[in-house]
Amino acid sequence: MGLKNKDLLGMKQLSAEEIMEILETAKTMKMVLTSGNKKTSHLQGKSVVTLFYENSTRTRLSFELASKYMGSASANISASGSSVSKGESLLDTVRTIDMMATDIVVMRHPQSGAPHFIAPYLNASVVNAGDGMNEHPTQALLDLFTMYERFDSFEGKNIAICGDLYHSRVVRSNTIGLTKLGAKVSVYGPRTMVPVGIEKMGARVASSVADAVKDADAVMGLRVQLERQHKSLFPSVAEYSSFYSITSDILALAKPEAFLMHPGPCNHGVELPTAVYNCDQSVINEQVTNGVAVRMAVLYMLMARRNSL
Amino acid sequence: MKILVTNCKVFNSDKTSLYIEDDKFVNPFEIDDTVVVKDMKGNMVFPGFVDLHCHLREPGFEYKETIKTGTMSAAKGGYTSVCSMPNTFPVCDNASVVHGIMKKAKEAGFCRVYPVGACSKGEAGKELSEMGLMKEAGIVAVTDDGKCIATAELLRKVMEYSSDFGLLVMDHCEDASLSDGSMNESDTSTSIGLRGIPSVAEDIIIARDIIMSEYLGIPIHICHVSTKNGVRMIREAKKRGVKVTTETCPHYFTLNDENCVNYDSNFKMYPPLRENEDVNAIIEGLADGTIDCIATDHAPHHEDEKTIEFALANNGIVGLETAFPLGYTYLVKTNRITLNQLIDAMVYNPSSILKLGRGSLEVGADADFTVMDLDNEFVFDKSKMLCKSKNTPYDGYKLFGKTILTVMGGRITYEELC
Ligand SMILES: [Zn+2]
Repeated sequence: MGLKNKDLLGMKQLSAEEIMEILETAKTMKMVLTSGNKKTSHLQGKSVVTLFYENSTRTRLSFELASKYMGSASANISASGSSVSKGESLLDTVRTIDMMATDIVVMRHPQSGAPHFIAPYLNASVVNAGDGMNEHPTQALLDLFTMYERFDSFEGKNIAICGDLYHSRVVRSNTIGLTKLGAKVSVYGPRTMVPVGIEKMGARVASSVADAVKDADAVMGLRVQLERQHKSLFPSVAEYSSFYSITSDILALAKPEAFLMHPGPCNHGVELPTAVYNCDQSVINEQVTNGVAVRMAVLYMLMARRNSL
Repeated sequence: MKILVTNCKVFNSDKTSLYIEDDKFVNPFEIDDTVVVKDMKGNMVFPGFVDLHCHLREPGFEYKETIKTGTMSAAKGGYTSVCSMPNTFPVCDNASVVHGIMKKAKEAGFCRVYPVGACSKGEAGKELSEMGLMKEAGIVAVTDDGKCIATAELLRKVMEYSSDFGLLVMDHCEDASLSDGSMNESDTSTSIGLRGIPSVAEDIIIARDIIMSEYLGIPIHICHVSTKNGVRMIREAKKRGVKVTTETCPHYFTLNDENCVNYDSNFKMYPPLRENEDVNAIIEGLADGTIDCIATDHAPHHEDEKTIEFALANNGIVGLETAFPLGYTYLVKTNRITLNQLIDAMVYNPSSILKLGRGSLEVGADADFTVMDLDNEFVFDKSKMLCKSKNTPYDGYKLFGKTILTVMGGRITYEELC
């Protein structure tokens, strides 16, 4: 069946069927990844450019390795500072990249909607690697994949997501994806970090961390984006960790077989105590491996769509 | 110059022709071979429209718009009088800038331009501007538009001082501390991850301004109202006898915040597009007379300031060439308001609020009028606009109310080439 659109802009643009097909493809990719020989030729003779307007080690490396394992030519551009300060507009930059016969542009950008804005101007496929507070679809897909390895179905599963909901593109993408697959999402964070109308996206706004986590099948902590705290939304880290952290007592309220996730990087002692980060229920390290598998799947499927046209 | 306008319907009159000699309507009229005859083929003549809120950008931002291109656009939209906002560079906060604007407008000759002066020096929100000297130079009101009047203390001083000169204060109502966003705050902004500006940012300042006006007994004009609570508070204040007047803009009764979902910055304005219930409240406010005027808030921006990331794009859309057709198509043809109410909102009310003395089609009055085709649908094409910047979301809209002819002071300022 494959992907409907040229670009992967967000979970909003994916159907439940497309999401499941990506997860199935990622299963195969994970087998390749964990085998002795990681090299495939899926992207042989193709090019992938990562263009990051925000710092990121893991997402960028994850995309870079995913494309290299599949044999593509790849280049990585760090656009430090805004395009405006360089005097070149975002559109000029990406058009230049497009004119170098690039097949896929993976872009992270601090402004919501930046990939949606550029995509129609490009021949290349655009993969959104995080846009402002909007979406981070490959993160949601790797989270879903991590769950899918443990669930036979998403239907009726309870997922708790706690932390800075306001600035989080992860909570948006996960809520959209999980809801499309039939799971139930409960969210919680300081009221100053709960965006207006998030329940219209399909999430239940819980009344406490305990209320969100109770009977959950999976629990996800969100990074408190201290660097985005340009306005004080909570008084101190000490206060945050006292009232909003996922402690071991809180985690014990989830179902016994529940597991703990975090998109990383984690502020230890803020979102989670270090002991919880490292506990048996934590699958945080495995999420990192799954990230590469899912990104291989996405790049492969976008390229397959391009080849079929 | 003599013009004979024949075969027309005249708004609110049973006349079928108009006679113009030099800059006035006349009767009787001696037909000789110098007369220019304009056959209007049954279309309707309206008094020239009056816009009490537009941005002509000159001086300082001529790459966006000039007084000449802006007034050509106004004429094409049926306007014969516009009020230009002071957020130029330099800011229109002293008599010499006022003189400069009026001189350029006169030279261009497409539209009467009534400058509005800044109420604080440099629109910096601190010291009073030289309102008296600007009034002598020709301003008709004061505002810090583009920005809210910064503090309640400044608002009080501005209202008191401007009242000595009979100048109305027009306030752009947005609490700056709540306005760090690029669209309306709602489930839509949350869903697409854009920082929202809540409707209460506007409501809080409207409430402040009404309270101050009531306390001082001095009139206040609320610019471009966009929220349902804003309309409600103004309605209640008017009932109590507070001297508050207001305007809205066509985008607030034709569009809502869901238009932003594709991050098209042509839907980005300030105040931002609100929700459906706000849109309905705006229309109700126009229907029951709470909202006095339809202004354009014509806000040209260069392509390079709009074809970028949504949150970085400038606020505003152009509106002089779409105001009447949007009002006619979305309000009159849908029976939400009458044609009389639309003309009140676009001519008589703005003229009387700013004491401009416009809107007469009687003998002896200045010959300011426009002729509209109300019967034939047309497709709005932004590439045909006469304004310099083309930042409009209405490209391709099917509308009624195309301008056939505009005359200002007896001079043809726009004519549709058939
Ligand atoms: Zn304004």
